[in-house]
Amino acid sequence: MTPVVSLIVALLLLALAVWSVVVRDAFLAVAGFVAYGLLLSLVWVRLFGLDVALTEAAIGGGLTGALLLGAVARLRGTEAAAWSERSGFGLRTVATLLALGVTAVLVLCVLALPAPVPTLAPQVVANLDATGVGNPITGVLLAFRALDTLLEAIVLVIALAGVWSLSPDGVWGGRPGVRHHADPDGVLAYLARLLPPIGIVVGIYLFWAGADHPGGKFQGATILAAMWLLVQMAGLADSPRIDHRGLRAGVVAGPLVFIAVGLLGLWSAGAFLGYPPQWAKPMIVAVEVGMMPTLVLVLALLLNGAPARSRR
Amino acid sequence: MTSLLDLFSIVAIAAGAVFYLAGTVGLLRFPDAYTRLHALTKADNLGMALVVLGLLPLAGGLLAALKLVLVWLLVMLSSAAVSQLIARSARRRDAAQ
Repeated sequence: MTPVVSLIVALLLLALAVWSVVVRDAFLAVAGFVAYGLLLSLVWVRLFGLDVALTEAAIGGGLTGALLLGAVARLRGTEAAAWSERSGFGLRTVATLLALGVTAVLVLCVLALPAPVPTLAPQVVANLDATGVGNPITGVLLAFRALDTLLEAIVLVIALAGVWSLSPDGVWGGRPGVRHHADPDGVLAYLARLLPPIGIVVGIYLFWAGADHPGGKFQGATILAAMWLLVQMAGLADSPRIDHRGLRAGVVAGPLVFIAVGLLGLWSAGAFLGYPPQWAKPMIVAVEVGMMPTLVLVLALLLNGAPARSRR
Repeated sequence: MTSLLDLFSIVAIAAGAVFYLAGTVGLLRFPDAYTRLHALTKADNLGMALVVLGLLPLAGGLLAALKLVLVWLLVMLSSAAVSQLIARSARRRDAAQ
């Protein structure tokens, strides 16, 4: 991209950010936010952060957008009341000053960074060979900072438990959301039959390619979860009962495999999540494979929401 | 030969850009949801087809070229399906009013 294109993208990005904050209609704000996420992934491509770009497009633009659209649909009943409220002058002044203050602190922090920004990238590249993976991002996520990734996986499972806990007692263990009924000969059902085979191949490819190229389990899992949700929305399959044992086993598989591999490292390499050199690649692959069901299930089930129908 | 291929790329991509422009103008100017969708899907599909066609000689390999064609087919599929869904929900909304 030439500087002119970069400048146009940056201006569009700022305009979209302001638009999604300022616009009063929640649906329009979400539409702006999704477009913002897609443009932001272009910026990451420009900065050579292909892994981040893929994640931003899949999760920032796609999955979060879908979650927010669901929230908009739920809030529609109360939106008119929220519009008619107008906060007092004092409150608005304080809010403006606080927002400006946070912005000023952020600007100062960015300006105060030392001139050569401190980086661990050379160490990562120098030691990447020991892990057996070719993509430095994957190396950082699963070898050098594996503990962070483990905690992220646990956070995802806890978030899902939090969503499930919002269900009323009577429908605990049931199916989330409404049963979708689409025209079985309609275009949505057609798409839901045609797209998943392609999407599943692309998702697994992204997951597998993540070892040596941009991609990885998060981006692949988002695509797989999207395919499952598409099939549900077209009415071809129902959302799963959340008391299904296999489902729950899949949800916790990732953290359990991760912790097991970590303990194995304690025994074989002398540190939790340490990998003995000749076994680094197989152990990383084991963690990745174990994380896949957790990510696909948690991402799809977060979008499904809390159980709303009793066990049938 | 190379310059001939370059000329082909330039002409095809420029023609694609014209279709994108026409589709955008239609999206902004047409009076209702159906005509706007018409402008968007017809022009964008053809516009993207021409851009992909222009990029094929620059792809640097049969596999990369096939990937470009696959991307075009997937975009066509999703934009055709989504425009049908939008049109259907617009019709339902018009019938309700």
